[in-house]
Amino acid sequence: MDTSGDNDGNSGEDQSSLFNENIADDLLEFETEKGIVKDPTSLTFSINGEDHTLGNALRYVITLNPEVEYCGYSIPHPSEDKLNIRIQTTENTTAIEAMRKGLEDLKIICDHIKETFIRSNRQFDIQQ
Amino acid sequence: MSRKTSKSQSNAERLEQLRTRVMIEKEGVGSTSSSEFPYHSLNHQDIDYIKEFMKKFNVKIIRKEQYDMEFDLIGVDAAIANALRRIMIAEVPTMAIEKVYVYNNTSIVQDEVLAHRLGLIPIKADPDRFHFKHANEPPTDMNTIVFKIEHECTFNPKARDDETDPQKLYIGNNLLSESLIWVPKGDQEEQYASCPLRPVHNDILIVQMRPGQKIKLEAHCEKGIGKDHAKWSPVATASYRLMPEIILKQEITGDLADKFAACFTKGVVEVEEGYIEGQYAKYAKVVNPRIDMVSREALRHKEFEDKVQLTRILNVESTGIMDSEKIFLDSVHILQAKCRRLLTALEHKLREKERNREQMDLS
Repeated sequence: MDTSGDNDGNSGEDQSSLFNENIADDLLEFETEKGIVKDPTSLTFSINGEDHTLGNALRYVITLNPEVEYCGYSIPHPSEDKLNIRIQTTENTTAIEAMRKGLEDLKIICDHIKETFIRSNRQFDIQQ
Repeated sequence: MSRKTSKSQSNAERLEQLRTRVMIEKEGVGSTSSSEFPYHSLNHQDIDYIKEFMKKFNVKIIRKEQYDMEFDLIGVDAAIANALRRIMIAEVPTMAIEKVYVYNNTSIVQDEVLAHRLGLIPIKADPDRFHFKHANEPPTDMNTIVFKIEHECTFNPKARDDETDPQKLYIGNNLLSESLIWVPKGDQEEQYASCPLRPVHNDILIVQMRPGQKIKLEAHCEKGIGKDHAKWSPVATASYRLMPEIILKQEITGDLADKFAACFTKGVVEVEEGYIEGQYAKYAKVVNPRIDMVSREALRHKEFEDKVQLTRILNVESTGIMDSEKIFLDSVHILQAKCRRLLTALEHKLREKERNREQMDLS
C-alpha cells in the first residue's frame, strides 16, 4: 500500500478533484485592504464547503502552535455551507503562516495515523 | 491498568491526573477539556506537540471481522478522532442506486417509495474504480452501473385448495434484492469478470406482491457520499468513546467486594480471594474495564470512588461494501486531501491578493 501521502491515487484524491473543478476559487477567503492584510497577526479565514469535520480538527492543530495566542472556529449559520476560523498570533509570526503550518501539521498527523494503522493492521493479520 | 492503594496523592500527581484524564464524578463529568496545548501548564512550555504526538500515538487492533472492526487510537485528541469518524460516516464515497426508471409497477408500493427502498440496498462495487457523475454529464460505463428488475407474481398451480401460507400459495410474492440483475455496459463485463457487480446481500425484501402484480424497471447506480444521502454511507455505525479506567484508591475487601463488583457491567470487576495486607480475604479486582458502560453506580455508595481514563477507542462497523480497514484509511486520505486542497487555495488566494496590490500600485 502506498504510504507516501502525496500523489496517491485513492478516493480522497477523487474527492479533492471533484471540489477543485467547482469551487477552488472561492474555497478560502480572508479580509484584506487593497491587497494588504491590515493586521497580519489576527485574521478570520472563511472556508466554503467545510464543516465541523475539518473545523475542529484544524482548530486543534493550530492551537498546538506555541506562537498562536488564540484560535477558534464557528459555523455562522447551519444552512450556509461555510466555516470561519479566527487566528490570533504573537508578533513572531502571521496568521497566514499559522494557518499554513496548521494545515501542514494536520497532513503530517494524518500520514502518521495512516502509517501506524497500516503497521498495526499488518501485525494483527500476522498474529491471527 | 494502574492501581493505587496509597490514600493521599501528591499535588503533582493530582495535576497529572487532571491533565490526562476525564473524571467521572458523582454529580457530573469533570476535567473534560483538552489541556494538551502550549502554555497550559508550567512544565509543558517547550514541547513540540506534533513531535510529541508522533512519539505517543499508537493503534491497537482489538477485533476484526468481515464487516466489523474495533481498534484503539491511543494518544489522539477527540478533535482528530471525531473528524475521522465524521468522514467515515459522511464523506467516504460508495456506489448506490440513484436513478430508477420504472416501466411498469402495478404493486401496491408507489414508484417513489420503491425507488427509495432500492437506493438503500448496498451494492458490491469498488467505488475507487468509478468516477463521480457530475450534473448534466451523460451516464458512461465509468460512472454508472445499470441493474434491471423484471418480476411478476403468480398463483402457484401446485398449491392445495385450502392453503393459507402465501409462500406456498404464490410464486414470486417476495421481491428480494437478488432480483436485481446487473446489465454490463461498455467494457464492464471484462473489467468486472472476476467480481461481478451485485447487491451485497441477496435476501433484502424490497416489495411484497400478489398474483397479477408486475414490476419492470431499470436502476442506475452512481458514486456519491453520505453527506448527500445516507444511502452512500459506507458504514452502519462508526463511533468512538473514551477508554474507561477504574482506579481503586483502597482495597475493597469482604462482602463489600461483591457489592462493588455488582456496580459495574458484568465482567468488569471480579471478586478474587487472596492475602490482602496479611489477611486472607475476598477482594475486588478490575479485570476488563473496556466493556464497562460507565454507569456511575459505584459512586452512589459512599464507600467507593473511581475515575475514568482518557484513551480513545474507535469502533468501526462496515456494511460490507468495503472492508472496515479500507474505510478508515480512506477517511484519513480524505482528511489529508482536505488539507492539501486548502493549502492550494491559500497559496492561490495569496497570489491573487498580491496581483491585486501590484495592479493597485501601478494605477
